[in-house]
Amino acid sequence: MSPNRGDREAILGRVREALREEAPLKHPAERSAGGEPTTAHFREWLPPVGASIEERYALFAKLSESLRTELQLCADMAEVSAAIKKLAEEGAWKTIALHEGELTSALVPAFPAQLSPMVLSKGYDKDQLEACDAGLTECDLLVAQTGSVCVTSKSAGGRVLSVLPPHHIVVARKNQLVTDLSEAYASLASKYRDAYPSMISFITGPSRTGDIERILVLGAHGPKRLTVLLLP
Amino acid sequence: MSITAEPPRQQFQSDANRTSTDAPRRAAVRRALSNYQTARDRTGATFTDWKSARASAATIKHEAVNHLDRYLEEFEKKFSARGGKVFWASDSKQARDYILHLAKEKNVRSIVKSKAMTGEEIHLNQALLEEGYGVVESDLGEYIQQLKGEPPYHFVFPCMHLRRDEISDLFQRELGTEKTDSPEELTMIARRVLRRAYVEADMGISGGNFIVADTGMISITENEGNARLTVGLPKIHVALIGIEKVVPCLADLALFLPMLATAGTGQHLTGYNSMYGGPRQPGEIDGPDEFHVVFLDNHRTRLLADPEQRDALHCIRCGACLNVCPIFKNIGGHTYGTTYQGPIGSVITPHFRGLEDWKHLSGASSLCGACTETCPVGIDIHHHLLHNRRNAATQKPAPGEQFLWRAFSFLMKRPALYRLATKFAPLGGMLHPLVQGSPLDPVASWTATREFPAAPAGSFRARFRAHTAAKSAALKKGGVQ
Ligand code: SF4
Repeated sequence: MSPNRGDREAILGRVREALREEAPLKHPAERSAGGEPTTAHFREWLPPVGASIEERYALFAKLSESLRTELQLCADMAEVSAAIKKLAEEGAWKTIALHEGELTSALVPAFPAQLSPMVLSKGYDKDQLEACDAGLTECDLLVAQTGSVCVTSKSAGGRVLSVLPPHHIVVARKNQLVTDLSEAYASLASKYRDAYPSMISFITGPSRTGDIERILVLGAHGPKRLTVLLLP
Repeated sequence: MSITAEPPRQQFQSDANRTSTDAPRRAAVRRALSNYQTARDRTGATFTDWKSARASAATIKHEAVNHLDRYLEEFEKKFSARGGKVFWASDSKQARDYILHLAKEKNVRSIVKSKAMTGEEIHLNQALLEEGYGVVESDLGEYIQQLKGEPPYHFVFPCMHLRRDEISDLFQRELGTEKTDSPEELTMIARRVLRRAYVEADMGISGGNFIVADTGMISITENEGNARLTVGLPKIHVALIGIEKVVPCLADLALFLPMLATAGTGQHLTGYNSMYGGPRQPGEIDGPDEFHVVFLDNHRTRLLADPEQRDALHCIRCGACLNVCPIFKNIGGHTYGTTYQGPIGSVITPHFRGLEDWKHLSGASSLCGACTETCPVGIDIHHHLLHNRRNAATQKPAPGEQFLWRAFSFLMKRPALYRLATKFAPLGGMLHPLVQGSPLDPVASWTATREFPAAPAGSFRARFRAHTAAKSAALKKGGVQ
């Protein structure tokens, strides 16, 4: 055994030895008309979404409601600012953490006076972030089929901004809404090519648990609330 | 309880006797599980074609598991190129030692851990605590079980057997908090404790739901966000994961993530599904400096070497087979005495921990097939239980059973003797009350909770003879034919 890689050769050896005899495929995926196995087309079997952007949006809105994601359409950046201001006043927020970005940075000047921004940069103070009232991020994509927000460590200010503060606000554009996870992965692949960010995360609703008597409680750890502010 | 000195079979028997007579707990567990089933059916019904989706999932897992060496190497290559480290552990000890050594080398003081059944499998927490490392489970259910000093009851819903007042008492005793009967307040108590743990920990340990070969990523599914924090804040991330968890491509997750959620909890998608491809990359503002993936064999290759049962390694640990199992509903999770409870646990444990000691689990099934029916990757679970029974019988036939079969075939080959024996059967019934309840009772395990059926007055053969005699008499009378 090597101290660095462990029993690599022994395990691979056992795997190869074990696989000398082939196992039967008990549930072969059916072949499509073209003769290809349907694994290539598994999208067809998943819940239907609808082709148009309106249908996609309608499903995303419906799922957001059942997930308790607060989805709000905003006509322009001024409305986004107003929405944040309202949330900040209701929650008596003192600090909001955010990352630098085309949309997020543009919102800072319009923050209400009592709300101080904490712009995350390398080496930020964990305790300080933990104490923030809200986190503001952008995202890579929204997924209609599952009602998810897809963030990455590149697009949303690292790994924890979207999950440590008790209220996560996402600013996004409607054209970021894709049909399903297949489309999401394809889109991420063409956006990042081989240089994927170290984290890709599909966030589906605020943090939740049902561990105690199967009763839904939001905010087990991270965001008790998730707000998506959607620009045209 | 799984930590016991009793041999597994005896422990199973005595725990099953105890838990199956605890009617209130049984009713609560049954209610919770049937709610999961309803949610699962509702979400499953939104699929255009669940059966085809399942066949696709089975085919992809078949490809992955049957070319495991290739995919593991591909993962390692991609993952290492992005600064990750892979350690290959043949058994529990190698995995534990690696993690302990790492903790020592890096001067780790406190550790936060998200849900990892592999951690339970190798008794990682005990090992860390013995070496003086504080380790906190961050999944709410796991945290409760950790405070209680008890293994998870169900590998997806660790504390589903506990009532809120029991949890409140536990928190009061262990954390000194006020009594409450609100699940929300209880959750918030844990939230406060755990948020400190994330910020302070210098090592985060997680499991992993999928090893993605083509991009070199580990995918983690959760609802609470605790795993996101566990692998986001500390400076070292260790993911402990079984070698069978491979999928060939990232895009395959577009199928597996919704299926895992639907089958496991009845959600369209679980709260957080995150893919991690290495430690912090250049230009990123946070994330761990080091990311170690520990591949765990621990006898998985033994199961892999059995082509007949290899597909048991396709399991994505959704827990659906536990939720529908009539045995699980009645005896509960701890009775199994295994890391992986329920039908799939009964299939794989004899391979992982020895057929001789664990073959009794193959009998913990009514063979109703509900598990097979519900499995999102199409594992023929109840057939595997039969295979295990057969293998156990071939490997070491039970002497008593062998004798009975021999006596039976002896009797069946001698009609005169057989007739004589059936004449005496009612006598057995008459004599039975004399020994009932005593150690001499040959059917004691049956009569402990049930009546033994009385032997009918006449044998089938006698009745058949009388019946045909009457019929031919009637025919003769009628004069037909
Ligand atoms: S055997 Fe199938 S149903 Fe059971 S946990 Fe594994 S994937 Fe789920």
